[in-house]
Amino acid sequence: MISIKNVSKWYGNFQVLTDCTTEVKKGEVVVVCGPSGSGKSTLIKTVNALEPFQKGDIIVDGISIADPKTNLPKLRSRVGMVFQHFELFPHLTITDNLAIAQQKVLGRTREEALDKGLKLLDRVGLKAHAAKFPGQLSGGQQQRVAIARALAMDPIVMLFDEPTSALDPEMVNEVLDVMVQLAQEGMTMMCVTHEMGFARKVASRVIFMDKGKIEEDCSKEEFFGQPRGERAQQFLSKILQH
Amino acid sequence: MGQYQWNWAVIFEEVYGTGEYYYQWLITGLGWTVATALCAWVLALALGSLIGTLRTVPNKWLSGLATAYVELFRNIPLIVQLFLWFFVLPELLPKAAGNWMKQDMPMPEFITAAIGLGLFTSARVAEQVRTGIMTLSTGQKNAGLAMGFTLPQTYRYVLLPMAFRIIIPPLTSEFMNVFKNSAVALAIGLTELTFQMRQITGEYAPANPIEVMTIVSVIYLILAFSVNRLMALIERRTQVPGYISGGGK
Repeated sequence: MISIKNVSKWYGNFQVLTDCTTEVKKGEVVVVCGPSGSGKSTLIKTVNALEPFQKGDIIVDGISIADPKTNLPKLRSRVGMVFQHFELFPHLTITDNLAIAQQKVLGRTREEALDKGLKLLDRVGLKAHAAKFPGQLSGGQQQRVAIARALAMDPIVMLFDEPTSALDPEMVNEVLDVMVQLAQEGMTMMCVTHEMGFARKVASRVIFMDKGKIEEDCSKEEFFGQPRGERAQQFLSKILQH
Repeated sequence: MGQYQWNWAVIFEEVYGTGEYYYQWLITGLGWTVATALCAWVLALALGSLIGTLRTVPNKWLSGLATAYVELFRNIPLIVQLFLWFFVLPELLPKAAGNWMKQDMPMPEFITAAIGLGLFTSARVAEQVRTGIMTLSTGQKNAGLAMGFTLPQTYRYVLLPMAFRIIIPPLTSEFMNVFKNSAVALAIGLTELTFQMRQITGEYAPANPIEVMTIVSVIYLILAFSVNRLMALIERRTQVPGYISGGGK
């Protein structure tokens, strides 16, 4: 589904991604973790071309991101993305946040878009808030709407960029619950997250990044059992300490 | 001082030997002021939105061109710009076009003033639109693109609706300015409100200039204040429930 091949990226002289290669197969849930500044958010943003890269290629469902002829908006419409800071559109009601791209990008009618949007809103448990604006919801609720908004496009894969790290602790679980459910239904997912409980529960594979490089890429059993690298061991012992 | 004979009814007096009354002159002036300001504002808002948006796009040529536009129109005094459009442009154009501008163009003072003031103001509006767009997070743009919107769609549906809401207060000042700045058009002979005021208090001197100037000042004040109230109404109507803005309240 996603094939990342030798991707390198520089900001000026500073290399943020070094020769990253990995794969996400259909139905897999791949968790990407690593210390702050390790390039994990940058890597996931290269997958739907929000971050350009200078070397290598990424193939999403058979389509090359690096190919200048690729219709990026069309490709992105098939890849769902959930952001750290939710990024709902503040001037639109929850209903319109769910409907607008369905109408303007996929060409669905208002009725189809509303029908689909409200079903998904119900699924994330927020049907009662349909007429509200994003600013009137809590962080956890906004993130659940953001997930529903991405799902409304019928994506072939979902990207999550630290979906719970801007949330109050008591709201983390309501978001993770939705994500676990998605994973169990067989959605292909790539998640940048520090939620190791989530990784243990649903991940097919865990990728550990440090200083722009993929240091570990293995099954979760292997990763939590005995990661090979010293950096990964340090990282795990730090975040699992408490 | 103290000897001044107040006579507020002066504007209802006849302009000596013309059969016209001073208040009629003021009404004509008010008409041109409002027409010039509104036309200039429509032009300024349309062009300013486009140029301000272009200044923020990733294409270096487009943003560079938009920057050049802004610098050109905001670095030359308004009155000089009006002189350039009115007196210099016809000389630079091919002969036929220049002659048409000088002789056959309908309402030349009005058209020049509306376009000149509109372009001058558009550069200022452009900077405000750019400011509005730049206050939004990169995440908003990314969210729009990630949904599959093209860049123009991302501006249309995601960035500009919030950017315009954010810049309503400075845009209000700009809309008010366009009424006040229209007075500069007297320099090219447009018979707008200030032109009429000078005509009444100068050449025809009804001997009560303070009253006439006061009345004209109050008319400008009412115009600007009406714009201010209209914009306040728009600001209230477009307020986003629950949206947290920075300082204040």
